[in-house]
Amino acid sequence: MKNNWISKLPSRALALLLPLLLTAFCALAQAPAADQPEMADALRQSGKIYVVVLVVVIIVSGLLLYLVRLDRKVSRLEQELGE
Amino acid sequence: MKWWKYIAIGLLLYTAVMGFLGQVPRLAILNETERNLYFHVPMWFGMTIILGASVYFSIRYLRSPSPRLDVLAHESAKTGVLLGVLGLLTGSLWARYTWGTWWTTDVKLNCAAITMLIYLAYLVLRGSVQDEQQRARLSAIYNVFAFAVAIPLLFIVPRVASASLHPGMGGNPGFSKYDLDSHMRLVFYPAVIGWTLLAVWITEVSCRYAFIKEKMYEKQLDKQVA
Repeated sequence: MKNNWISKLPSRALALLLPLLLTAFCALAQAPAADQPEMADALRQSGKIYVVVLVVVIIVSGLLLYLVRLDRKVSRLEQELGE
Repeated sequence: MKWWKYIAIGLLLYTAVMGFLGQVPRLAILNETERNLYFHVPMWFGMTIILGASVYFSIRYLRSPSPRLDVLAHESAKTGVLLGVLGLLTGSLWARYTWGTWWTTDVKLNCAAITMLIYLAYLVLRGSVQDEQQRARLSAIYNVFAFAVAIPLLFIVPRVASASLHPGMGGNPGFSKYDLDSHMRLVFYPAVIGWTLLAVWITEVSCRYAFIKEKMYEKQLDKQVA
């Protein structure tokens, strides 16, 4: 029961991220025009931007997971004291 | 876990992905750093909201004192200070690479720094009073004062002042009209909600921890008496 949501997490996360990635691909398809302020176009074209995104996603999910576990520990203490 | 915590997780992951992959306008000087908008600005939004919650609990404490309200006000203020410090640090770093300096005597920057000092004084004040009821009452009163000073310092003084480098000054709010386009809004608003929910979540957990600690002290006292 308790670990149910954990087992579902990867599929849920994938379902959440997939439409985002797809829309991002569409946004990236636009070609940069000349004479405009310089942006990190090369980083995007080479696809290395996804490395950055994945690193940030891993860190954010790690911190969130930590907070979730902390939340659960506190809940357990509350239950023990409540009895 | 409560439902809004799932929303916080979803919005933060959305921000982490779309913050880098979303479309942004091509702006000179800012270039790609404008993506900081999704991370730096929500710190200040979150801070203002959580400090607002803190002063709300303080006013409620003054109307009907209870240790619970004191803990809520205190933990909210602590989270607010954390977000404010993160906002100052990220702002300083961003300034270094767009304005060319870590810090400048800009109204917006100095007022934000003063706000943080006022709230640090709140924490110092709490630490310096031994008696619990006195500490709660003093800090509740101080909190009302702090919030009443912080809001004009953050939102009124910089706009009235004539010159500021920071966007959103001189009667021209935020990144709004010229810079923040519809693509950025799609990420910016979820980012603000997500980071704010995260701040509320952290505050909630630390409050519950404080309540548990209180309860355990009481139980130990009961044992000692019996």
